[in-house]
Amino acid sequence: MSRVNDVVIKIGTVNGTGSASANGLLMKAIFRMGVPVVGKNYFPSNIQGLPTWYEIRVTGDGYQSRSDRVDIMVAMNAQTYAKDLAEVTSGGWLIYDSTWPRSNLLTREGVTVLGVPLSRMCNEHFEGARARILMKNIAYVGVVAALLEIDLEIITGLLEETFAKKKHLVKQNQDAIRLGYDYARENFTCPLPVTVKPMDKTRGHIIIDGNTAAGLGCVYAGATVGAWYPITPSTSLMDAYKAFCKQFRREEGTDKKKFCIVQAEDELAAIGVVLGATWNGARAFTPTSGPGISLMGEFLGYAYYAELPAVIFDVQRAGPSTGMPTRTQQCDFMACAFASHGDTRHVLLFPASPEECFYSAIEAFDLADRLQTPVMVLSDLDIGMNDWMCPELQWDESYVPDRGKVLSAEELESMTKFHRYLDVDGDGIPYRTLPGVHPKGSYFTRGSGHSKYGAYTEDSAEYKEVVDRLLVKWETARKLVPGPAIKYSKFNRVGIVSVGSCDGAVNEALVRLKEKNIGLNYCRVKAFPFSAEVRDFIEKHDQIYVVEQNRDAQLRALLMLDLEIDPARMVPLLHYDGMPIHAGFVVNRVLAELAKGQAA
Amino acid sequence: MSYIAKPKVTHPKIPRNNLGLTVRDYEGAVSTLCAGCGHDSITAALIQAVFELGIEPHRLAKMSGIGCSSKTPAYFVSQSHGFNSVHGRMPSVTTGANAANHDLTYIGVSGDGDSLSIGMGQFAHVIRRNLNMCYIIENNGVYGLTKGQYSASADVGTKAKKGPANKQMPIDPVSTAIGLGATYIARGFSGDKQQLVPLIKGALTHKGFALLDIISPCVTFNDHEGSTKSYSHTRRFYHHVIDTDFVPPAAEIKAAYDEGEAMPVELHDGSKIVFRKLDRHYDPTSRAAAFTYLRDSVQRGEIITGLLYIDHESGDMHNLSGSVDKPLASIPYQELNPGKEMLAKVMSRYR
Repeated sequence: MSRVNDVVIKIGTVNGTGSASANGLLMKAIFRMGVPVVGKNYFPSNIQGLPTWYEIRVTGDGYQSRSDRVDIMVAMNAQTYAKDLAEVTSGGWLIYDSTWPRSNLLTREGVTVLGVPLSRMCNEHFEGARARILMKNIAYVGVVAALLEIDLEIITGLLEETFAKKKHLVKQNQDAIRLGYDYARENFTCPLPVTVKPMDKTRGHIIIDGNTAAGLGCVYAGATVGAWYPITPSTSLMDAYKAFCKQFRREEGTDKKKFCIVQAEDELAAIGVVLGATWNGARAFTPTSGPGISLMGEFLGYAYYAELPAVIFDVQRAGPSTGMPTRTQQCDFMACAFASHGDTRHVLLFPASPEECFYSAIEAFDLADRLQTPVMVLSDLDIGMNDWMCPELQWDESYVPDRGKVLSAEELESMTKFHRYLDVDGDGIPYRTLPGVHPKGSYFTRGSGHSKYGAYTEDSAEYKEVVDRLLVKWETARKLVPGPAIKYSKFNRVGIVSVGSCDGAVNEALVRLKEKNIGLNYCRVKAFPFSAEVRDFIEKHDQIYVVEQNRDAQLRALLMLDLEIDPARMVPLLHYDGMPIHAGFVVNRVLAELAKGQAA
Repeated sequence: MSYIAKPKVTHPKIPRNNLGLTVRDYEGAVSTLCAGCGHDSITAALIQAVFELGIEPHRLAKMSGIGCSSKTPAYFVSQSHGFNSVHGRMPSVTTGANAANHDLTYIGVSGDGDSLSIGMGQFAHVIRRNLNMCYIIENNGVYGLTKGQYSASADVGTKAKKGPANKQMPIDPVSTAIGLGATYIARGFSGDKQQLVPLIKGALTHKGFALLDIISPCVTFNDHEGSTKSYSHTRRFYHHVIDTDFVPPAAEIKAAYDEGEAMPVELHDGSKIVFRKLDRHYDPTSRAAAFTYLRDSVQRGEIITGLLYIDHESGDMHNLSGSVDKPLASIPYQELNPGKEMLAKVMSRYR
């Protein structure tokens, strides 16, 4: 069996030993050879000492999701050796540090175990404990490079870029890679039957994580106020925003900042800061995760009712409660859609990749300003923190932010009287004013009952008039949010509806099912409320498989609530163990469901 | 209800400020609080202060949380925007508002429940940011809107209308603010408008976080015999440590002060605060001294009032963060977007 550009490498190490740079180096080298890659980081909620894994899927076919296979295991962590060995797909290889002998029990039939004395070689070659530990990890990159025929020149080029300012480290890293590379060439049959060969499939692409892309999107959208409380896995979004602002938002001459980041005392304060800022006309946002959404509840309801724009990024992690902070899920659909007490509902966007995180960020600010309501971008840990290969982000210079219905001083001057909550245009969206612009624009922003004139009320008719008008606005939102991405296979009465980071797995599953002559139609929703095309798609099918990553079929529930779809038509296919979904899961579940249908 | 407008009849000779406006132009809707409520007196002092300072009504932002105190922004300066937020969270909203536009004048009106219980965290952190705002606590020791439960500022031994005396230690906003680093700290009494107006003017002019803790008796639930926040108790035990005069920019200090008694401090816009110390040894620029004095006064059972501490040199949130001079909300989009070429450059980092 020999395969080209179709291999999964998994590396088990100890958290805090510098393995992240080694793994990044390996992945990027393959990417630079023009071969598509998928990288997944399975890390603990810990800073140092616990087991951590990195998985690189080399996929010449350009699939987007992880695989359920492990061909080459680099088992650097003695603590997880047995588990790692068990995980290798039959016919695969395991590389381990043979400095210390290992019991014969720790081998497995069908798995070729390759011992490399990494620690011994690094101890002999490098000075100092820290360097020895770090270089041991770089050395396995050399071993894998030799086994798979990864271009050493590309690796050297990457090292030179990474350590452009610390030249002595280039040499050190090169040496380490050489140690591993030469050892493998001398002691094993290189290459293995699985290899990496140059292609031309990564041109025009980048490797980026969703949080970085979303942070960059906030800069391009013109956001000036960011408020947050650090929480995994959303923290790197604000880190990215800050880093890009430091580069692009300095005033010439003074070096002063054209942005303000408030690290708040908690998520309640973070969303409060956002609302104060948007009330005053700035574009403002807060990145968070599930627990933060729970805390923001009261203010989100306020913003819905008082009609203030806000952009919230929820980088979802496995719940409930603290759950598994470093594991992925799509478990906040319901919590976000109806965050807060009372009749409240919110506009949600569902990016499926880092690329979409960038564009969703900009779209979210436009929608929030247009609709005068919170807009939540629901990414997840898999999209937010993992490195994804995606097309280079493009900027359209003709873009003008949609700031919505905000009255200028001139417009206010020409008006007899301004009333905050009148539906002048019939789209359910009233006009608003900003403080400090004109005395005629003043109004009292409140979460208490108010009439269409903005005055306090406890009058039933006046109260109802406003909350009913908010439903008109909701229908306007339905028309403004992005529609679904739909793929028709061929005439078929069965379809898949899915969302966000399931996209890669579903697309790959569709290809695999097609090979078995099963053609399914596919609709990926991109926003809530669901647009008319989503309803049309579902209504065209007798049966819909709803693929999502949570236990309670939350997307399916939203479809039932928002579109009043008969639950019997929607079969939930749920993946919720905290690991990213993969195509094998979807294929198996679809086959099982189809078999059930035939049996009946 | 609060939307009832007051009749507008003005005397032709009524005084006008530098903008040509009268005090009537700074009024709001008719108060819906109980007759005799201390909060209404504070509202009157606020109106007088912003009128005298000649603040353009639409350049003022009135912020509040929830509770009787938080309703009052409806009762002054109708031509200002108001933000009646959620319970205890006015500080964060004001932080965001100020982050977006530091050119407006921010008055936050809160109460002892709103600031010292549900909003204690936000109260503490807005002080840490030294947000440029005037933060008023209308302090009456009880929850009014929910009918008279003790608040966190209730003194040990104070008696509710019904039930046992309070046994839990109170949270004193003034000593808390001293500890947390507030840069303008004053205490007043709703029944002493003469003292309040200059304290508010100073607080509005001070660049940084200005706290005004104002004892404001609740006539309905906490104005009886045995209460330590009643009108009679406050009148009996309150003690002016320092009288404060506010002198606008370019105006001269005209009043005559005895040697060692007066102490002028110049604020960022050239206006001055003149301390008239009734205790010669008191130093209102020493945080430690203010704290000690305050502790001793509690032992003596005194309610000391006046501007107790000022630090006019520490930078506010924007100074600390290094923001541009222009309000962030008014920077044109063109200046905020790095453009197509830059994005292409950024992309090269991710190849």
